[in-house]
Amino acid sequence: MVDALVFFIAAGVCLTGALGVILARNPVHSALMLVMTLFGIAVQFVAQEAHFLAAVQVIVYAGAIVVLFLFVIMLLGVDRAQDLELSILPGQRWAALVFGAGSLLVLGSLIVVVGEPVTGAKSVGGSASTAENVRLLARSLFSDHVYAFELTSLLLVIAVIGAVVLARKPSQSEPPLVEERGEN
Amino acid sequence: MDVTTGWYLVLGALLFVIGGTGLLIRRNPLVMLMCVELMLNGVNLSLVAFAQRLDDIGGQTVVFFVLVVAAAEVVVGLGLVVAILRRRPGTTADDLSTLRG
Repeated sequence: MVDALVFFIAAGVCLTGALGVILARNPVHSALMLVMTLFGIAVQFVAQEAHFLAAVQVIVYAGAIVVLFLFVIMLLGVDRAQDLELSILPGQRWAALVFGAGSLLVLGSLIVVVGEPVTGAKSVGGSASTAENVRLLARSLFSDHVYAFELTSLLLVIAVIGAVVLARKPSQSEPPLVEERGEN
Repeated sequence: MDVTTGWYLVLGALLFVIGGTGLLIRRNPLVMLMCVELMLNGVNLSLVAFAQRLDDIGGQTVVFFVLVVAAAEVVVGLGLVVAILRRRPGTTADDLSTLRG
């Protein structure tokens, strides 16, 4: 009974936040609603005994990614409200509604038909529902998936270099060209 | 009343669909990136639910990798958004139509 109560409260928080993200006119409000959704999902992770992932969810998503979003919003000053009604592409909202209803129908029917009798091999890499969640996750990460883990570090380095290259001001090379042209 | 795996799957599907719909109806590139995050979180919830159901830690490992890829994606995506918006303030995704490629 308590499980169901926790599930419904957290699910309500998640869905309210998700609807807030796509319906808020101000991007700052969208980012704050995203934090709400992420906290709701962290609660769902705890309810499913994925304690480490819940902590990472709060630290990485709410603590780093959303702060990055807010930084960019403040930096660029795009926090003015945007009109949701005005759209250049005709019929875009109807296409979006058809997509939403259609994919919901497909996913819902899949879950109803397939969902409950989930089949598959049990406990390949260790049980997920014991108290040693962090130990099991670490063993899986550093033994079975160690190459993927190393590739992840490569990916992060590439992302950092890409961000630095993208964020560098191009004006350091362009003004000298203009000056040279002016002198000649 | 027991919370079964299907409930978590329904919640994950709802989050995925809300994120996808938002990706289509919003034109601010920042909000579009946030909608991608919503879709990723819906999938993460489903993966954890399957990990719990099948009693296999591998699902949670995949969620860990999804988190890292999402962080890298946001860093590069926001770098692109900053680079574009600094040149043309107030750009939306509809302004791609001016490229006429």
